[in-house]
Amino acid sequence: MANLVEMTPCRGMEPVTIGTVTLSEVLPGRITSLSPRKTASRDVLKQGHGMAFPAPNRATGKAGARAIWSGRDQAMLVGPTPAPELAEAFAMTDQSDAWAILRLEGAGWRDVLARLTPLDLREGVFKRGHTARSQLGHMNMSLTRTGRDVVEIMVFRSMAETAVHELTGAMTGLAARG
Amino acid sequence: MRVQGKGLIDRSQPVRFSFDGRGIVGFKGDTVASALLANGVRLMGRSFKYHRPRGVMTMGSEEPNALITTGRGAARTPNVRATVQEVSDGLEVRSQNAWPSLDMDLLGLNDLMAPFFSAGFYYKTFMWPQKFWERLYEPMIRRAAGLGALSMENDTAPMEKAFAHCDLLVIGSGPAGLMAALTAGRAGADVILCEDEAHFGGRLRSEAEEVGAMPGSVWVDEVLFELGQMDNVRLMPRTTVTGAYDGGTYGALERVGLHLENPDLLPLECFWRIAARRAILASGALERPVAFANNDRPGVMMASAVRGYLHRYGVLAGQRVAVFGNNDDAHRTARDLAAAGVDVAALVDSRPDARVAGWNAGDFPIYTGARVVDTKGRKGLTGVTVQTQSGLQVMDVDCLAISGGWNPTLHLACHMNGRPVWDEARQAFLPRPNMVPGLEAAGAASGVFSTHGALTSGMESAKNALQAIGRKVISSDAPRAEDTPFAIAPLWHCEGGKGRAWLDFQNDVTVKDVKLAALENYASVEHMKRFTTQGMAPDQGKNSNVNALAILADATGRGIPETGTTTYRPPFIPVSIAAMGAGARGKGFAPERFTTSYKAATEARAPMIEAGLWYRPSYFPAAGERSWRESCDREVSMVRHAVGVCDVSTLGKIDIQGKDAAEFLDFVYTNTFSTLRPGRVRYGLMLREDGHVMDDGTTARFGENHFVMTTTTAAAGQVMAHLEFVAQVLRPDWDVHLVSATEQWAQFAVAGPKSRALLNAVLDQPLDPEAWPFMACGAVSVAGVAGRLFRISFSGEHAYELAVPARYGEGLWRLLLSQAAAFGGGPYGMEALNVLRIEKGFITHAEIHGRVTADDIGMGRMVSASKDCIGKAAASRPGLSGAEREQLVGLKPVGAVRQLTAGAHLFNEGEAPVRENDQGYVTSVGFSPTLGTMLGLGFLKNGRARHGETVRLVDHVRNVEAVCEVCGPVFFDPEGGRVRG
Repeated sequence: MANLVEMTPCRGMEPVTIGTVTLSEVLPGRITSLSPRKTASRDVLKQGHGMAFPAPNRATGKAGARAIWSGRDQAMLVGPTPAPELAEAFAMTDQSDAWAILRLEGAGWRDVLARLTPLDLREGVFKRGHTARSQLGHMNMSLTRTGRDVVEIMVFRSMAETAVHELTGAMTGLAARG
Repeated sequence: MRVQGKGLIDRSQPVRFSFDGRGIVGFKGDTVASALLANGVRLMGRSFKYHRPRGVMTMGSEEPNALITTGRGAARTPNVRATVQEVSDGLEVRSQNAWPSLDMDLLGLNDLMAPFFSAGFYYKTFMWPQKFWERLYEPMIRRAAGLGALSMENDTAPMEKAFAHCDLLVIGSGPAGLMAALTAGRAGADVILCEDEAHFGGRLRSEAEEVGAMPGSVWVDEVLFELGQMDNVRLMPRTTVTGAYDGGTYGALERVGLHLENPDLLPLECFWRIAARRAILASGALERPVAFANNDRPGVMMASAVRGYLHRYGVLAGQRVAVFGNNDDAHRTARDLAAAGVDVAALVDSRPDARVAGWNAGDFPIYTGARVVDTKGRKGLTGVTVQTQSGLQVMDVDCLAISGGWNPTLHLACHMNGRPVWDEARQAFLPRPNMVPGLEAAGAASGVFSTHGALTSGMESAKNALQAIGRKVISSDAPRAEDTPFAIAPLWHCEGGKGRAWLDFQNDVTVKDVKLAALENYASVEHMKRFTTQGMAPDQGKNSNVNALAILADATGRGIPETGTTTYRPPFIPVSIAAMGAGARGKGFAPERFTTSYKAATEARAPMIEAGLWYRPSYFPAAGERSWRESCDREVSMVRHAVGVCDVSTLGKIDIQGKDAAEFLDFVYTNTFSTLRPGRVRYGLMLREDGHVMDDGTTARFGENHFVMTTTTAAAGQVMAHLEFVAQVLRPDWDVHLVSATEQWAQFAVAGPKSRALLNAVLDQPLDPEAWPFMACGAVSVAGVAGRLFRISFSGEHAYELAVPARYGEGLWRLLLSQAAAFGGGPYGMEALNVLRIEKGFITHAEIHGRVTADDIGMGRMVSASKDCIGKAAASRPGLSGAEREQLVGLKPVGAVRQLTAGAHLFNEGEAPVRENDQGYVTSVGFSPTLGTMLGLGFLKNGRARHGETVRLVDHVRNVEAVCEVCGPVFFDPEGGRVRG
């Protein structure tokens, strides 16, 4: 039997460090979109995966298993295979291959993103566990702050190359300022 | 000439640059203007219209005369103000608008022709003959008049755009701005302090003043040190706030590497969009000149600039200087120059009752109630004529420092169409409160002209801002500083000299021009501006607007407040388009969307075409093929006779779940989906609310409550938004869950008589023909990977679409192609796909272009009579169906000309091909290798009833005419036997 070659959204990109910031591809495991059914309780997510269904602009869980708000009545379960009991409470769709996830890490992450997104990312405004749907240059993204100096950026898989180009371009311009 | 011991430049660091090829030595901290002045260069440019010799007048970004060009080749930057450009080693500076040289400019002849070039001259003279304007007059005038020129090369140097957010934006860093930033910074607010110069401090670095018992520049350094320690304060030098916009948003232009000779990887400029909860406008004030004959000679400068060059750069603007003003502030220039040992020929004050404080007999002569009325010196000032109380007096001077008063720099406050108010005591326009919501003017920008007043006003404004954003204010006092009251008497124009009295130096507008405008009844200030071009140059009349409207007020017998100002618009300084468009050059214009087969397709040398943001292969050239048509014909035949593989991942895929999903689809589609069995696919047509066709596609049912809808590539986003609207707004009561799955799946069409054989070569289980009739769908396994298979066809052949998770897309594409060769198959691109569907009369958005109804495309019966759907009511209105409309038809060439073109129009034979006789138009054409002829799809009035008729195709753009036979849109296999085979 033939074997199908697997390709990551960024085609196995190596981490790139420019100045104080490092950009790397994250391979998250499963991504499942969750859309709560009208009559069911969202608490099933807590029972199944130990995290609350996120409020708008928030992410719950921790590294390896996160629920990231992604729109009206919608969140992405990133990491685990959804527990069977979730099917009762949520309409679920496999999105594991639909998104490229990029981690931006290092002291200058805010300044890099300031060149590409209008979001207010100041310390007291965009905190750890906050997430937002916004724009990265000309494309849509989901941005989640996962650490003190770490954010994860989700863009459509088909736009991964442009996203990496835009981010490394912003990193280069920032680093040139010294 | 430099004065020892003066200035804030670093004399241990000489900097060598060139001006028109001549080597100039300045010091670190110099601007081009200060370095040129220090080297005795007064002639720095030629004027816009008359090529008058001009020198530097000011020391800031408002400079009208000293415009220069920096850099070479693509990196050339024109119209840089010499007063802003910092010197750096190796910098090349050139003068502008002079030929053959600055010193001997032959276009200076224009100056002798001046009587012919008065305001309105062009409009009156070059009116006739009309076509001469574009061909002759305008190019001629443009060549003679002008500023610097662009290189016309593609400058690929990096540019940047960025966003910033703060509690308080402070615009300007003079005493008011620094005090505001300090007050807000100490209170813990997030502060951004923007300064358009390279150094913070504003006038405090240009005056001999003390603040808090220390020299002003030392106080500036101390404040900057404290601000620099604060994490909540961001200092942005070389950043000019260019505009105030809605919602507390400000535009700002930062010079990042533009001022450097070799910026290397640095972006040249960064265009900032700053969102601020509050803002303080501490932009200071601009000194204005006085109009009198020949007031434009090199050496005539603003009084504040003359003493500023002395204090900041240790530069003397002249050896023997006269000072002329109508206010007490001008006296400082005379005093400071005298104190520095400069020969002050006279202090001329237009006010008869003027008193000069701190003046000792013997310092310099004072003439009160006197005026400068004329000057002499062609390429540099050599003397001035003063009308004293005892008669005309000629003085030999090489510099004249003038002050007609101060105009607060209130431009930003007026950017949202607020109008400033005239203040009689200060003879100046002042901003009103709240002209821009959240923006408060402080210091000189608000008309507070003393240093202590500015410090206090900056502090108070910061306190107001802190209060407004709910922050605790730490009370403090402003440091001690100069607090002299400002005294001025109006003076706009001194008559008595011979020659033109200049108002707008950058656009060459005189007092006479403004008076002529009034005479010609262009009495409104906006009309005067357009008639004379006053205030229309890159400097937007920063140092001429108020003077010009004052002259207009006088000429029309109105007061200044009644005359009013012209409209202030962003940007405050010229902003390069490259900065505003940063990141959007070339491919940065839009994201590129790549399918999983993109790399393999480019390896196969397939040229790409853009479908929205997607890149899709146009065709796959085989060895020996010389044109796209050869490849396309081969690919079409391959699909018709063997098997072809095409990446169709770009089509929109929407996952629809919920117990009301079937009812939802019945509502958005014209036809019924609730009757579709799981494991089956149905073609659907979707209307807009207005009854016109929105999109078409297939929807597969995978379970009782689970559908997957396919949209066209072009309308994927539109359909998703439409469905969301229906679910959220029209039927929020329904249990429906929508999510895009377009990016999750790589999907490939496998089409042709050998499609099943090819699939059986890659699927883990061979297809059971009984279980996989036309329009079946279901799960399959490909090399152990769970995939989806749909038996659907856009080619009219026995065909499938096979989908796998995108990570396996490239692998599956390569696997399919490796197996296809054995069946005589291979990949096909968009060109072949298009021909295949035209042969079958399948529509795309070329046909459903937004103005056609279901009836127009022959699908009227697909609008179910037994249920309601979106668009049904509107589509049933009179005029949206029937014989009077243009209906979809097929077209075949039957005359001598065998070519058809899309976009051509259709006419009845024997009728003139003019608009009134239009019968329809052609939407899609292609050469069918299957039928050996070109085929077309189009819309023809009452077309369905006209099959068999001939019509005339006329393409007025490409000059093509062909006689066509009208037929049904399905050219090939109309019974559909092949697709079911």
